[in-house]
Amino acid sequence: MFEAFLIIVRRDITLAMRRRSDLFTTLFFFVIVVSLFPLGIGPEMNTLRLIAPGVVWVAALLASMLALERLFAADFEDGTLEQMLLVPQPLSLLVLGKVTAHWLVTGLPLAIVAPLLGLQYDLSPEALGVLVVSLLLGTPALSLIGAIGAALTLGLRGGGVLVSLLVLPLCIPVLIFGAGAVEANVSGLGEQGHLSMLGALLVLSLLFSPLAASAALRISAE
Amino acid sequence: MNSRLINWFKFSSPATYYPLAGRLVPLFSVIALVLIGVGLYMSFFIAPTDYKQGEGYRIIFVHVPAAWMSMFIYVVMAVWSGLGLVFNTRLSAMMAKALAPTGAMFAFLALWTGAFWGKPMWGAWWVWDARLTSELILLFLYIGFIALQGAIDDPRRADRAGAILALVGVVNIPIIYFSVKWWNTLHQGASVSITKGSSMGQVMLWTMLIMTLGFWAYSIAVSLARVRSIILERERDTTWVSELPEVRG
Repeated sequence: MFEAFLIIVRRDITLAMRRRSDLFTTLFFFVIVVSLFPLGIGPEMNTLRLIAPGVVWVAALLASMLALERLFAADFEDGTLEQMLLVPQPLSLLVLGKVTAHWLVTGLPLAIVAPLLGLQYDLSPEALGVLVVSLLLGTPALSLIGAIGAALTLGLRGGGVLVSLLVLPLCIPVLIFGAGAVEANVSGLGEQGHLSMLGALLVLSLLFSPLAASAALRISAE
Repeated sequence: MNSRLINWFKFSSPATYYPLAGRLVPLFSVIALVLIGVGLYMSFFIAPTDYKQGEGYRIIFVHVPAAWMSMFIYVVMAVWSGLGLVFNTRLSAMMAKALAPTGAMFAFLALWTGAFWGKPMWGAWWVWDARLTSELILLFLYIGFIALQGAIDDPRRADRAGAILALVGVVNIPIIYFSVKWWNTLHQGASVSITKGSSMGQVMLWTMLIMTLGFWAYSIAVSLARVRSIILERERDTTWVSELPEVRG
């Protein structure tokens, strides 16, 4: 059973590596959005330091929304998804595999590049560390929650906008605790509580969202 | 036991539910009219002026029941959605679909009256208070549900996709509420809360209760009327619909 999971992960990563431009669009979207804020707000370092956690986190949220559309779409179009519905292994496991691969190619790069963007906002080294940890804990939760929305809107017209409409309200707790962790570190309150809550959200979404997403896939692919 | 089960499921068929809903709509409309009328009269003329907030506080007699109903309707919607997924009954999903616009309307009404209440009390139309913020997110959830159902052409798929979304939403609502509350207390320190400051008088409590029951009856009447339209639309090709007097005539 675990083998099926690994096969799906390996397959999806191979597919993503064959079309690397898709990968970079998400990453550069993230970089550009974060870099736009100082231009809109002004280069005051004190203001920028204050808004940095929120800006980086909202940008990460939007970037992961942008990537969601591609999660099941290609498999749905060429019929692979229907084959996946028929395999003896539980569908939620395959969904988990797909989400894992999706996170590795879209979420993980965001966390790796985030410290660089944090430097633009003059965050301290510890705050940068917390930012990376919060993104590492938070972005998989975003991918997992997003998978439900992506599965529900599979093959619908205007699916991309609709998915954001459905998923963004559900992602608010992740945003609050993700940005809150960095903010708490900057203001000296300690980030431990926020990071624990993020971890709890990740575990919860890890448990429930593959089930919900696979139920949604069965409905959409009917 | 067996006969009770049959009775229970009798009205899960649109053909038997349609006339039942038709009989209930006028009944609940009258109840809603009377209760809201009495409630409004009490809130304007009988409830005493609040010594701290003045006359402006009277808006909470609409605001609080609307907020309660908006939350309650989401839960009811999720229950219907769950029933629809488990028993595969068409009517349950239709009920969930019929409830959503009313719930969204109450969420909007709660935000609107909250803004009117906030202007004199807080000095701002909008304050990022934990309750207002979670009410706003609730409105977003309603809009998402309605948008998803609107985007899917196949009614069966729309019903079941909407049901899953409603269930995911209802699991998320407490998480969202508490995270917003925590976020709020960390950022704002002490914010003015609605219940704090003035302990509610007996008359005010009764007025609020009557208004809530009135809104409840209104929701039932409106959603039943709406579900009748949905039934007619979905079952338009069946014989029982074509034999209805209002359709033939």
